[in-house]
Amino acid sequence: MKSLAELQAIKERAQSRIQMREEMGDDTRIVVGMATCGIAAGARPVLTSFVDEIGKRKLEHVVVTQTGCIGICQYEPVVEVFVPGQEKVTYVKMTPEKAVRVVNDHIVNGNVVTEFTIGAAQK
Amino acid sequence: MYRSHVLICGGTGCTSSNSGKILEVMKEEVAKAGLTDEINIVHTGCFGLCALGPIMVVYPEGAFYSMVRPEDVPEIVQEHLLKGRIVKRLLYQETVQEDTIKSLNETDFYKKQMRLALRNCGVINPEVIDEYIAYDGYQALAKCVTEMTPEEVIKVVLDSGLRGRGGAGFPTGRKWSLAAANKADQKYVCCNADEGDPGAFMDRSVLEGDPHSVIEAMAIAGYAIGATQGYVYVRAEYPIAVQRLRIAIDQAREYGLLGKNIFGTDFCFDVDIRLGAGAFVCGEETALMTSIEGKRGEPHPRPPFPAVKGLFGKPTILNNVETYANIPQIILKGAEWFSSIGTEKSKGTKVFAVGGKIHNTGLVEVPMGTTLREIVEEIGGGIPNGKKFKAAQTGGPSGGCIPAQHLDVPIDYDNLIAIGSMMGSGGLIVMDEDTCMVDIAKFFLEFTVDESCGKCTPCRVGTKRLYEMLDKITKGEGTLEDIDKMEELCYHIKNNSLCGLGQTAPNPVLSTLQYFRDEYIAHVKDKTCPAHVCKSLLQYYIDPDKCRGCTLCARQCPVGAIDGKVKEVHKINTDRCVKCGACMEKCRFGAIIKK
Repeated sequence: MKSLAELQAIKERAQSRIQMREEMGDDTRIVVGMATCGIAAGARPVLTSFVDEIGKRKLEHVVVTQTGCIGICQYEPVVEVFVPGQEKVTYVKMTPEKAVRVVNDHIVNGNVVTEFTIGAAQK
Repeated sequence: MYRSHVLICGGTGCTSSNSGKILEVMKEEVAKAGLTDEINIVHTGCFGLCALGPIMVVYPEGAFYSMVRPEDVPEIVQEHLLKGRIVKRLLYQETVQEDTIKSLNETDFYKKQMRLALRNCGVINPEVIDEYIAYDGYQALAKCVTEMTPEEVIKVVLDSGLRGRGGAGFPTGRKWSLAAANKADQKYVCCNADEGDPGAFMDRSVLEGDPHSVIEAMAIAGYAIGATQGYVYVRAEYPIAVQRLRIAIDQAREYGLLGKNIFGTDFCFDVDIRLGAGAFVCGEETALMTSIEGKRGEPHPRPPFPAVKGLFGKPTILNNVETYANIPQIILKGAEWFSSIGTEKSKGTKVFAVGGKIHNTGLVEVPMGTTLREIVEEIGGGIPNGKKFKAAQTGGPSGGCIPAQHLDVPIDYDNLIAIGSMMGSGGLIVMDEDTCMVDIAKFFLEFTVDESCGKCTPCRVGTKRLYEMLDKITKGEGTLEDIDKMEELCYHIKNNSLCGLGQTAPNPVLSTLQYFRDEYIAHVKDKTCPAHVCKSLLQYYIDPDKCRGCTLCARQCPVGAIDGKVKEVHKINTDRCVKCGACMEKCRFGAIIKK
């Protein structure tokens, strides 16, 4: 270790990997439906796509978790996004590609991707 | 990027209840489910709630699973990690709520705790230096060597009010400044990890859960006093701690955090491990250093103090593991922050290893000034089986017993001494009404008799004679003169012994005499043991009103001392009875009594 900057670089690299181990608190939660219906409809690649994209962009305070069947099996894979202080948004018939867009538009820039939501699908 | 972290406790407590196997099965199951790239499995240090081990925590939910068995792991993987359904039946019951889980920090066990020395235990993987660095690791060392002079470092430690956590409570900053003031071609920094008090295991847990904090602090101490070499003296009976410390030292060397020209400065420092064979006396500073030198671990008189003439005759500082674990944060957050915690003369927090007759056995870290009642009743969850609190023993074989009337005394160095005990390294053994205080004093004396190194007579012979008198009393053969003689002998041993071992060895006797003299007198005068512990002074009887004649006790008795026919009241032949208590344990009607 020859300089402070070197230590700082290691710190930043390691921090992004472990920040999850703190209290959830104000984190944005991306919840993927991973019941039998969700998995059958392809929820796993959607989940990994979210995880990869968040990792790539080094987003902090965003967690990806799973949940069981929400009851709208015909719309699986279903993903719900909870941003603190905002109403939850339900995305349906998700794909890995759609997940990348949700991260980009919704999580990073704060614009709900209306065309993927359950409201749009039901019209 | 992992979406979930599974933390499995790798402390000694959980390891001995099979957490190694759990880790193995978890890795297999996660691989089987194809989740290896998504789930980070981390082997951590101690979480503190050892009574409920093995412990596993899953993030981001923060689900705290307790008493996990290897056969539970597939369910956790299938349900929780794959489908996101928390396995409620395995959760620590206190965290279970209707539809969600309560944060661990809101549970009674953790609510009142303040984890400074243990801050990274159960949070990071102790075998990965990057995780320590992520939590500000080595920032304090960087700050010291690049921005501060050694005098400034010592001043911060001095102003923080940090006192030695090994027992005596000597101000750490003063120790450092004494060693810094002595000019020498070579100085040493030593770490006392020879934790010998029965029941205390906080030093082990710090080394197992956060070894880098000790290494970093030793380097800081080296910079402050002008030493280039450190030694950690740790007992070989702590294999996990030794192994993690070795890994940590290797990693620190690889990163150049130990070695030559640290952070591009002139400062050079390295650390080596010296293994102790587990002699209690080697926790005493002069004996410890003699042992590091490769000689028989015996103390020698002070002065000269180690700060003047210590290891290999050079100025040396020796601090305890827990003391070191506090140092990096004091440097980073400042003396004022640290001295705002605690009481007037005792700053910061203290870790206690809570054991004995209490629900939540484990490691507890609280601010100085917390009362014993808070530790026992709130954090510890009280005494099992509806029994009454009788006393708490602090300070191990050098400490004393604190009776119920002092439960509300705020715990710090000075208050504990004022009530006849001492902080010691922080062992805290809770005793209920079934504990005989004479027997407890005898237990600790037996320990010191064994562990006395034999160099000085007051300790070698004195403790032995003291033990014999205690033994006589527990057998009902003591006299009132014996009690007076014992007390006198206690003061002789205290005043004339060479080192701390002998000087404190009579404390368990003196404090029980002070608070529970009536129990000693009952043993001597009435020939009874009020707590029904001392075998020579009790008899087992069968209550004829309760006995149903089921013959179970007679069949259990290993010496055939119980007579009686089916459906008739049984009787214990007291001449033959060996007082093993097997009958009492088996009787379903509570008909067997001892008095």
